[in-house]
Amino acid sequence: MNATLPERQFSEKWHIKGILSGLLFVLIFIGSGYNTGATANFSWDQFWDLLIRMMHPDWTFVSAIITPIAETIQMALVGTLLGTIIAIPFSLLAARNIVKNTYLRGIIRFFLILVRALPDLLLAAVFVAIVGIGPMAGVGALTIFSFGMISKLFYEAIETIDDGPIEALTSVGANGIQKIVFAVIPQVMNQFLSYFLYTLEINVRASTVLGYLGAGGVGLYLDQTLSLFRYDRTAVVILAILVVVIIVDGVSNRLREALA
Amino acid sequence: MSSGVGTIKINDVSKIYPNGTVGLDHINLDIQSGEFVVIVGLSGAGKSTLLRAINRLHDVSAGEILLDGVDITKAKGKELRQQRRNIAMIFQNFNLVKRATVARNVLAGRVGYYSTFRSTFGLFSKEDKEKAAANLERVNMLDKYYTRADELSGGQQQRVAIARSMMQSPNVVLADEPIASLDPKTTKMVMDDLQHLNDMGMTVVVNLHSVELAMAYATRIVGLRDGQLVYDKPIAEVSADDFDGIYAETRDKE
Repeated sequence: MNATLPERQFSEKWHIKGILSGLLFVLIFIGSGYNTGATANFSWDQFWDLLIRMMHPDWTFVSAIITPIAETIQMALVGTLLGTIIAIPFSLLAARNIVKNTYLRGIIRFFLILVRALPDLLLAAVFVAIVGIGPMAGVGALTIFSFGMISKLFYEAIETIDDGPIEALTSVGANGIQKIVFAVIPQVMNQFLSYFLYTLEINVRASTVLGYLGAGGVGLYLDQTLSLFRYDRTAVVILAILVVVIIVDGVSNRLREALA
Repeated sequence: MSSGVGTIKINDVSKIYPNGTVGLDHINLDIQSGEFVVIVGLSGAGKSTLLRAINRLHDVSAGEILLDGVDITKAKGKELRQQRRNIAMIFQNFNLVKRATVARNVLAGRVGYYSTFRSTFGLFSKEDKEKAAANLERVNMLDKYYTRADELSGGQQQRVAIARSMMQSPNVVLADEPIASLDPKTTKMVMDDLQHLNDMGMTVVVNLHSVELAMAYATRIVGLRDGQLVYDKPIAEVSADDFDGIYAETRDKE
């Protein structure tokens, strides 16, 4: 009964590593706050003024933003759909169990990483420069954005499927496309739909601010009312966006639960 | 009942995996039309590798495999697919698409006869749909035509898989441990289904672990050990003691 506990080293006993890393983090936070001037120039007066003016929304403005809100949703729908259509062949080419050639897969995946590295706002700015101000720019930005996101979600879904049916289809003499149609797609269809809805949800949210850059939709009105100091109208725009996002989230969650 | 087609001639076939493991070691085997061959041996003896070499789910390192005189080890593209079309395969895990209906799973067995376009859009001919129904009838599964495959029991799934393989109108049926995941009663049904295919003139090659089943159904028993063919006798000459040699523990490596 005389077992002695093994001796702990000094550094282990006093948690030197943990304490030092904790201190380092605190220093980084303080330094970052100082350098960005996070505490300077914040006017509570202005904040209250803005808030109070927003408390009295100009409800007559609702009729004016119904069309741009609809346009926002339509942009998200078209962008997500186009992005998904382009993503399907790319996700198949990026999946380890479909394309055995490491180099081809590597090139495709590198390309997809490049696409995903572009934030949606940057894409919107680029498309406004290419196709001009209007919803077409938003659709373009959302197409590329959804393409990058969906291809990754899709190829990861494809990689989780049971390879047995593919082997069975190979043994009956099916060609590559027949194997995909009969053995791969039926296994991932529900996941595809679920990811499509999820991306749509994200795109509706994203497309509300794309208008800020001139890419169509309700974001334009957000910009206009703010620069005219019509905070009563800004409040209406924000509430409208809120309602749309909540509805789309709710519907999408319901549908995705049904698919699971 | 032999129809003359469905012969398999394996000439000096070896398979060495990239990591140096010997899967098959100079196998020679001549299977006649209409035989019911059971391959026995320990796990890892190469039974599965040999079976999968016959329809080229696995490539071999050396040797040739002639199916009715045509070497499948060198076939490419469409030619390979057409050779595979004549060889049905039944798997231990059934390999059905679980989320698809029984009907679609069975029709998938016929896609080798269709163009990419027609199969993609599910444009199967009336004859083939009737053929699917007839094949399901034969394995007593017609009432499950519109059922999703994941709602079926293991034995039922295997019978659907057999109906699917019949859609190929094959000359050869390969079965890789078809009953390993089944209970004794469904085991008998599945083995009887294979027997029935054999009676219809198809050459049947089955990997099995069960000595009793091998004795009950085979017309010829082949034994593999460490990738080598160590036993090959028609059923009339087989005695139960022979299996001791096939199932003997692995040779010393060095």
